[in-house]
Amino acid sequence: MRETIIQYINAFVAGGLICAVGQVLIDKTKLTPARILVLFVSLGVVLTGLGVYEKIVEVGGAGATIPLTGFGYNLAKGAFRDVDKYGLLGAFTGGIRATAAGIAAAVFFSFLAALAVKPRAKT
Amino acid sequence: MIEKKTGRQTFQMQHPPSINATASIVGPKEGKGPLAGYFDQTVDDEFWGEKSWEKAESKFMREVLSKVIAKASLPMDALDFVIAGDLLNQCIAANFGIRESNVPFFGVYGACSTIGEAMQIGAMLIDGGFAFNVACLTSSHFCSAEKQFRFPLELGSQRPPTAQWTVTGSGGIILSAEGDGPYITRITTGKIVDMGIKDQNNMGAAMAPAAADTIFAHFQDTGLPHDYYDMVVTGDLGMVGKHILEDILSSNGIHIGSLLNDCGLMIYDMKQDVHAGGSGCGCAATVFAGYLHDRMKKGKLERILFVPTGALLSPTSVQQGETIPCIAHAVAIENSKGGTQ
Repeated sequence: MRETIIQYINAFVAGGLICAVGQVLIDKTKLTPARILVLFVSLGVVLTGLGVYEKIVEVGGAGATIPLTGFGYNLAKGAFRDVDKYGLLGAFTGGIRATAAGIAAAVFFSFLAALAVKPRAKT
Repeated sequence: MIEKKTGRQTFQMQHPPSINATASIVGPKEGKGPLAGYFDQTVDDEFWGEKSWEKAESKFMREVLSKVIAKASLPMDALDFVIAGDLLNQCIAANFGIRESNVPFFGVYGACSTIGEAMQIGAMLIDGGFAFNVACLTSSHFCSAEKQFRFPLELGSQRPPTAQWTVTGSGGIILSAEGDGPYITRITTGKIVDMGIKDQNNMGAAMAPAAADTIFAHFQDTGLPHDYYDMVVTGDLGMVGKHILEDILSSNGIHIGSLLNDCGLMIYDMKQDVHAGGSGCGCAATVFAGYLHDRMKKGKLERILFVPTGALLSPTSVQQGETIPCIAHAVAIENSKGGTQ
């Protein structure tokens, strides 16, 4: 029980810290939200390649895999896995294979949401 | 010899056109702001029963046109020209909003300064003897403008603190060769000013030098005392831009800080989470058509210098890393024609 609670807190802190970095970038730099999104995905790939992100995931769990950096983490991990399995060609196939479920789900649920609700300004 | 031109860029009206009617329709957020009571109508639904925001924006313009001619007691065919513009690609809000009106039409684009540009062209058409009645209209819509210039709302992206909020609304003005005023007595047409700012989320700072340039030129060209106007009101500089304008003007010897105001700061309460204030073609247009015109009619303001400001960027120019060229057009509006004699 105690371990579960600590796990939740770790996930909360890790996810919060990653989002805080994004908030600082929005407020203090001229980066547009789209660029920050791309930056986060790329950062996840690079940090995974360097072996750093795996350690963050070990501690932060879903707090590290759910934000966009986690998408980069999955891309990189998939590439490594496929390289081991299929050789160099795996560097090209692995990323998309590992994230295919996430991408397809995003398209599918976005479509459902678009059918169900109309966008409007935040008031 | 150009007899109506004084100085580099100012034009005196010999027969000042009268602003015979104004009308304004705004969206839900503007309808909760401090000027709510001055607008003719508030629409609670951003779609206004239409299928898209673009169609809704056209409807704003169409409805404002029919409201403003009704208030001026004019039939549509008494209008010699409609001059209108908006922020959408190819000015579709105006093109589609006006298409059933059957009135000779000039589509204009000056970004958020468009209402100033339309009023200047309208005033010159009337003073030049080319028209008797002219309608000037502009509109903007928060949702269509975000899609046009930034990101689709569906992305739900966060807004930085210097960002302004595009006004949802449309304002219309009837200019006429005869009437009880207030009158457009003189105009100063702006030049494009680009001080090298690239951040499209900080347009107030980009536009302030253009506003300063036009206001400075206006006083230079006319020789009027700096405190001649009861109010010098810019379009949508917002909090950041207004301070910069004040600084530039003071360092050029024009100390009118207490007379300066900004439509973008007037239309919302800062508690409405609009960051640096309102913007958009509809901002200056609705604040003038709703609030400022009312103040002049009631004699609370006798003479104002109305200076709508515009940032002449496009999404493509921003993506290509270009700086933001800006413009401001000054329109002097007075309750007496005397200013011209």
